This record gives sequence, structure tokens and C-alpha cells, in this order.
Amino acid sequence: MAKLDLNRVPMPKQEPEARSENYDEVALGYSDEEALAEANRCIQCKKRPCVQGCPVGVDIPEFIDALRNNDMPEAVRSLKAKNALPGVCGRVCPQETQCEEVCTLAKKGAPMAIGRLERYVADWELNHQNDSNREVAPATGSRIAVVGSGPAGLTAAADLAKRGHQVTIFESLHVAGGVLMYGIPEFRLPKRIVQAEVDYVRSLGVEIKLDSVIGKTLTVDELQEVGYDAVFLGTGAGLPMFLNIPGENLNGVYSANEFLTRINLMKAYLFPEYDTPIKVGKKVAVIGGGNVAMDAARCAVRLGAGEVHIVYRRSRNEMPARLEELENAEEEGLIINLLTNPLRFLGNDQGWVYGMECIEMDLGEPDDSGRRQPMPREGSDFIIDVDTVVVSLGTSPNPLVPSATEGLNTTKRGTVIIDEGTGKTTKAKVWAGGDIVTGAATVISAMGAGKRAAASIDAYLQGK
Amino acid sequence: MYQIVAKEDVTPQIHLLEIHAPDVAKKAQAGQFVVIRLDEKGERIPLTIADWNRQKRTVTVVFMEVGKTTRKLANVKAGDSIANFVGPLGRPTRIEKSGTVVCVAGGFAIATIVPIARAMKQAGNRVISIMGFRTKALMFWEDRLRRFSDQLIITTDDGSYGREGVVTVPLKELLEGTQKIDRVIAIGPTVMMKFSSITTLPFGVDTVVSLNPIMVDGTGMCGVCRVTVDGAVKFTCVDGPEFDGHKVDWDELMARQRTYLDEEKRSLEMWQQEQAGG
Ligand SMILES: Cc1cc2nc3c(=O)[nH]c(=O)nc-3n(C[C@H](O)[C@H](O)[C@H](O)COP(=O)(O)OP(=O)(O)OC[C@H]3O[C@@H](n4cnc5c(N)ncnc54)[C@H](O)[C@@H]3O)c2cc1C
Ligand code: FES
Repeated sequence: MAKLDLNRVPMPKQEPEARSENYDEVALGYSDEEALAEANRCIQCKKRPCVQGCPVGVDIPEFIDALRNNDMPEAVRSLKAKNALPGVCGRVCPQETQCEEVCTLAKKGAPMAIGRLERYVADWELNHQNDSNREVAPATGSRIAVVGSGPAGLTAAADLAKRGHQVTIFESLHVAGGVLMYGIPEFRLPKRIVQAEVDYVRSLGVEIKLDSVIGKTLTVDELQEVGYDAVFLGTGAGLPMFLNIPGENLNGVYSANEFLTRINLMKAYLFPEYDTPIKVGKKVAVIGGGNVAMDAARCAVRLGAGEVHIVYRRSRNEMPARLEELENAEEEGLIINLLTNPLRFLGNDQGWVYGMECIEMDLGEPDDSGRRQPMPREGSDFIIDVDTVVVSLGTSPNPLVPSATEGLNTTKRGTVIIDEGTGKTTKAKVWAGGDIVTGAATVISAMGAGKRAAASIDAYLQGK
Repeated sequence: MYQIVAKEDVTPQIHLLEIHAPDVAKKAQAGQFVVIRLDEKGERIPLTIADWNRQKRTVTVVFMEVGKTTRKLANVKAGDSIANFVGPLGRPTRIEKSGTVVCVAGGFAIATIVPIARAMKQAGNRVISIMGFRTKALMFWEDRLRRFSDQLIITTDDGSYGREGVVTVPLKELLEGTQKIDRVIAIGPTVMMKFSSITTLPFGVDTVVSLNPIMVDGTGMCGVCRVTVDGAVKFTCVDGPEFDGHKVDWDELMARQRTYLDEEKRSLEMWQQEQAGG
């Protein structure tokens, strides 16, 4: 066997000074040579732990092998057989806790850069006409309604269309893609990539109806009445959570969803060319420690804020953000205030925020989530001057669909209850998956849920 | 795309659009709203539903020219299309037989109150309407509102038509009068709703207002439309738009509505320059 190569090929990136002034993608992607060099590191081990590590079961050794044999159409075919959105996943999946974590080379400290190779293959396809993967089974005559066009809905739709079913996606916003369009910023996930993958789903025969708020424009029961044989709910976790402390409704205090939606979906960073405005001051505090907080903070940097703080109530170890994004954020000059919790926001007589009273925290015993519980330290309160605040505490499922759908049961947290193996809800002929079931999670877990439900829906339709 | 079936200039600054939107037309109820977007670069703005025609599958909205979007919308002609038209959003007005209902409308909100007055009348209520305008030239739909009202009072700030003064004066007289008032529905500019609520408070009469904060998605996703009602945070687009006027934190709402005044001005000026140049 050839000698092990433990030099992971690094990802070329825009320099921090340059990128903090533009919205272009930060990670530039491998060149052909870099991709080949990285692909050649794969030892094609027998155990193939990476395939188990992938929530949608991509045959990783197979596509890497095709790549290094310079058979790109085959690499694309192999990848897309399991994953309809590889350009997205290659960019935003937490590979370090999935396929790459279990890679045989990880034991030697240098796992294969699977995400980067996935992105390389997806981008190759985008730049080359390639019709290798539009195979669709003969029409079955069954009709399926998919609600929501995020990763869960798109994946379920693609899988069902490939099996010959007629699929319509209903989406409340004016574009398809869910969080991929309204949440994750352009510099991390270009919208052109998302739309190319949405177009691929359309090319399988899926119809996408925008401006359709299920629960309002149409209800789930009405979808069933007009003849949809099955309904899949993938409406995500779009409801922003707030701190519920004084001053939270002052001007200049945003939810992360509002902040990111204005910027990404409505392109407020191009105001006034685009009509939607955003106001970012000189000193911004983003509250929270997840990917969403990092995205909001990095947007604030690009919108010209002089100083951007991440305010997080636990320590760095507990931060849920991807390591790579935290590093990127720090390179761009973010200031991280750990073990700090806001108590209230201070406003001027015009109703604008000018400060934030915080308290220092100590870590106590582990809580239900296994993370050490932060406890306020008496008498340690202090004031930070801020003129913009972004509250990024997470989201919960939007109750619009559940509250308008009789028989669809939810948990106390508002998530839809399903059967784990199939994605079936408590309502007949209705399946669900993605963030609406799990609460805010990941792109790939939502896709896995879409896949699982599609298989169950297909089995149900065949048995009819 | 959603086609404009008919356009009417109700007054020089207030316009009516009848839009082909079958799904919305099927469901629309009094008190609900839509979110529209004009074109690729447009913003999403909420507009209250003024009427609907289930046979023609159209929805009617009435709006006043304020910023860039509403001015651009005023330039749209019958036969043109707009990019997005989503709805019906929000909860419909609670329509029930309560006895005597006073419908108070200020300015272009007259268009919102008409379907509510109609539904109230159909539900068997005695309907008294008060409509207020700055001046006679801005007045419209007197005949429509009269059709659903047992009594109609008109005020103008400058006295050019009807009674001189603001709507709260006749409202107070009604409350002090001999007939029992069971419910007040006040819709219009935020200050007008605030003062209508202040007027009814001492009389303990149930007062419904329809709030118009800034919105983006209109589905509960962004939280920009949050208002404080009875000490609790509510999202206007899903929990409203109608709330108990006695419990709304009006000053907070008014401050929040001013968030983007500078940007709105800049956007409008740029557009006007472009129009002049082109
Ligand atoms: C800023 C941000 C950054 C993130 N970064 C990452 C990352 O780096 N890596 C990662 O793996 N994950 C990341 N996530 C999480 C990931 O994006 C989500 O877990 C994933 O998108 C969930 O997919 P979904 O299909 O369940 O829902 P969503 O993507 O939320 O899609 C739901 C769709 O349904 C629509 N909808 C909602 N209600 C209705 C209705 N009533 N009728 C019709 N349509 C409706 C919504 O408009 C939306 O388009 C991030 C999330 C955010 C917000
Ligand atoms: S408009 Fe976004 S939550 Fe109401």
C-alpha cells in the first residue's frame, strides 16, 4: 500500500481584510490540482465508515474514486444519487462531526476533506452541462404536496419525483430554498448555488408554487380534499426566540431572523438599489453562540460596523458554532465576550437602543443538555455601549401549520410528533421532517428526514 | 405574477387596485391583509384587504402614496403585473352580533372599514360609522360606507365637509349619549387609533384596533412586527393585526414605525431623481 499522505489540502480563502468589505464567497474552492491531490489521499478502506457517518448515505469512496480517475460525470452521478443538494452540503455541512469525524485517516489526525471534494464535484457540474442525473421513473399518477422548500422539502420532492410521482411544493416566501436563501449569507453559501440546486429539483418535474402560506392560503385538509394523496411538511423552525428582558423592542434591536432576512433574502446590503433597508450602527452586539450568531456578526462587519461583539453566556467550549466559522469570524475582527449575559437594553427618548446592561457568569453543574449551567455572579453587572443588537437565541417551529391542522400533534416545544422510522405524523397521510420535527438543527439532518419520509410515502403509495 | 385587473385613482394620492389572485380571493375575510412585492428589487409591504370577488377571483387593495414602493405602485396600470401577492394573512375580524357597533375610520383606512362594517351589519348589528379626513378633497367612499351604516358621521380637520374636527369628538359624544355602545372598531393612522382608544377607555367599551407596524415576511418568521399588548410581546402578522386598543403600547409602536424614516426618504429621493432624469 502507498504511504499515507497526512497533508490535508487547505481550502483557499479570500484574505480577511478584503472579504470583510464584500459579500463574495469567503472559501474559494479547490482548483483541479488541489482536488486531485486531496482525492489521492483517500485509501479506499474496506470499512467505509464515512458512508455511515453521512446522514443521507452518500457513497463517498465511490465519488472520490471517480474524481481521481477523472471521470467527473460519474462522480456527479454517484453523489447526486443520494444527495440532491451537494453544492449546498459541501459548503455548510458540519463534516467534522459526521463523515470526516469517522474517516479512517481521522485517527491519524488528517481526515479526508470530504466536504471540500463534494463542493468541487458539485461546482464542476454547475460549470459543465451534464444531464447524467435526470432519470425519472415512469409516472405513477400519484400526487404529493410538499410544504416548505428548505432542504427537507427539496429532498423529499426530488426523491419522490425520481420515483415517478407528481410533486408540488408550496412555499410561503417569494423564493424557494428556505434557510439556505433567507438565513445563510451569500459569503458562505452563494444564492446562485442554491438556485442551481433548486432548478435541478424543478428539472425532475417538481412544480414549485411560491407565495403559498399553508394554514392561510390553503390548509392541509384542503390539500387533501383537492386530491393530494400524501402531504409532507417541511416548514422548518422559523419562529425567532427573544430574551424577554426590558428594552427588547427598542429600535435597533433585531431578531437574527429579521436581520438575516433583510440582508440575504431582501438584499438590504445593496440598498438603495434594492428597496429593503437595514440600519447597522457603529457598535453591534450579537447575542448567542451558534452558527446563526456568527453569520449575523459577520454580516454586521460587512455592513460597516466599527466594532462587533459576540455576547455569549457560556464559555468557548460550549459554543455550538462550527469551529471553522468561529475562526473565520475571529479573523474578521469580531470581539467575543464569553460568560456574559444581557439583563436589559437601555434606550434614549427616541426609542433607540444605546446600551446594554450585562452580568458576568460562572459555570456551574451540567444541565439537561450536558453543558455546564451558567450562573450569574452577584454584583458583576456592567454596561456595554451598543447602537445595534441582534438577538440570536435560536428558533422554534412556526405554529402556523400545526395550529390550522386538526389531528396534527405537537410536543410542548411546538415540534411536530412523528414516527422516527417513517416520518409519519399523527394525522393520516401526512408526513413531516426537518427542523419542524427536531427544532433548529442542520441542513443534512433535514435532508435525511426528507429522504426517510419520501421512502415511506413511496411505500405507502405503492401499497395503495 | 399577479395581474392588475382594474385600477382607480380614488383621490390623487389614494389608489385602488383590483388584482387577479385566485387563492387569496377564495379565502379573504374582513380584517385580513396581504403582503406584496412589486418586482425583483422590491421590498415586501403589507396592505389591508379592502374587498374581494370570489367569482372574478380578484382581491382589491387601497393604498396611499407614502414612500417609493407605494409611489411605484401608483404608477401601475390595468394589465400590468406585480411579482408577489401573498395572503390572506393575519386573523380575520371577530364578527358577531354585539348590538351597536361604532366603526371609526381615518384617512385611507376607510377602505379597510367598509368590509368590516358590511360584515357587522350582516351579522345583525346596528352600525354607526364615523369617517374622518384632513380635507374634503381626500374623502372617498362615503356612499359605500353609508350603505352598511345606520348612521354615518363625517369629520374633516379643516371643516371643508361634514363636521369640523377629529373623529374622537363625535365618538365621545356617542359614548356619552343615551344609546348603549357595545363595541368600537377604530382603524386608521396610529395616532388616531391611540386617541380613539383613550377616548373609549373611561367608558369601558370593548375597542378593537388594526395595527400597522413594519413587516417583512408576514408569517411570524422575522419578528419585526412585534408589539406589546397587555405587557406581552405579540407578532402583529400572526397574532393580529387586530388587538384590544386599551392594551396596546402605543408609544413603542410609534417609535418602531419610525425606524427607517431616513432610509425611506433617501430611497424615495433617489427614485424621484431617476424618474426625473429618465
Ligand atoms: C443563519 C443560519 C445559519 C445556518 N448555518 C448552518 C450550517 O452552516 N450548516 C448546517 O448544516 N445548518 C445550518 N443552519 C441550519 C439549517 O439551515 C436548517 O437546519 C435547515 O435549513 C432546516 O431545513 P428545513 O427544510 O427543515 O427548514 P427550512 O430551511 O427552515 O425551510 C422551511 C421552508 O418552509 C417555508 N414555510 C414555513 N412555513 C410555511 C407555510 N406555512 N407554508 C408554506 N411554506 C412554509 C419557509 O418559508 C421555508 O422556506 C443554519 C440556519 C440558520 C438560520
Ligand atoms: S412580519 Fe415578520 S414576523 Fe411579522
